[in-house]
Amino acid sequence: MMEFIQQPWPWYISGLAITLIMLLLLYNGKSFGFSSNLSTICTLMGAGKASSFFNVDWKKQQWNLLFLAGAIIGGFLSRSFLYSGQPLQLSQATINDLGKLGIPFDGGLNPSFLFNSNFAFSIKGLAILLSAGFLVGFGSRYAGGCTSGHAISGLSNLQLPSLWAVVGFFAGGLFMTHVLFPLIF
Amino acid sequence: MVKSEAASWYRIQEMFRFQSFWMYGIIGTAVISGIAAVFLIKKWRIKDAQGEVILFQNKDGKWTKYVIGGLIFGMGWALAGSCPGPMFVNLGYGYLTILLVIAGALLGTFAYGVIRHRLPH
Repeated sequence: MMEFIQQPWPWYISGLAITLIMLLLLYNGKSFGFSSNLSTICTLMGAGKASSFFNVDWKKQQWNLLFLAGAIIGGFLSRSFLYSGQPLQLSQATINDLGKLGIPFDGGLNPSFLFNSNFAFSIKGLAILLSAGFLVGFGSRYAGGCTSGHAISGLSNLQLPSLWAVVGFFAGGLFMTHVLFPLIF
Repeated sequence: MVKSEAASWYRIQEMFRFQSFWMYGIIGTAVISGIAAVFLIKKWRIKDAQGEVILFQNKDGKWTKYVIGGLIFGMGWALAGSCPGPMFVNLGYGYLTILLVIAGALLGTFAYGVIRHRLPH
């Protein structure tokens, strides 16, 4: 049984699990939207003094911070107990494309090329990782949500604004991947 | 997220290059089952754990903030290979340098809070 769940899980299991999470949160009177955690953390760090945007009662968002803690623990547990040892089955076309940009495929979830501490703390590495995060943080607050809030919760509720957000997400990602990557890497 | 490889920079690249069905499978399954589930919740007026009927909010506003915010987010999503949730999943998994991405995300969130009055909504 353990070997079975240690194998990579099929995509439909993940998709259904995501919906199940959304439903569990709804059942408990909450909604599925992760990026507000970033805002809550800013509030906890005192950002309310700089902007009224962060002057909120963080205790109302405790449940979401718990969710965040769970996500960290989940990542840890799956690495510790459910690790399959097999390389990620990435498509050859992607491996080739990334290779042309100088990014090797190492079989892991994320490229050690970008995330190893030598590169991460180099000027270029810091610039890439910090600005990537900055764009995600800024963009999700501006759009009022990230993929969980808009693509999952919003679309499930047939919200047109969420469709706009998802169109934006994809257009932005495509622009970064196809136009900017060759300039960055 | 780890076992289905959704928390993977490589898979996000694959998705934005349309070189695999994988991520579309994950997101598509979630959206379709989500739409069905929410439809039934509304139809049968299903109640939550407190006994209240589950209600949904409509999102307000013009397209502006959703599209512009979305574009900015999307660029970050492709570069980081994670959106906010997977950033923390990856942290637990052991990619400690993702803390730099998280730090960036917090700075970005903060920056929005401070300058939002000057942005088009």
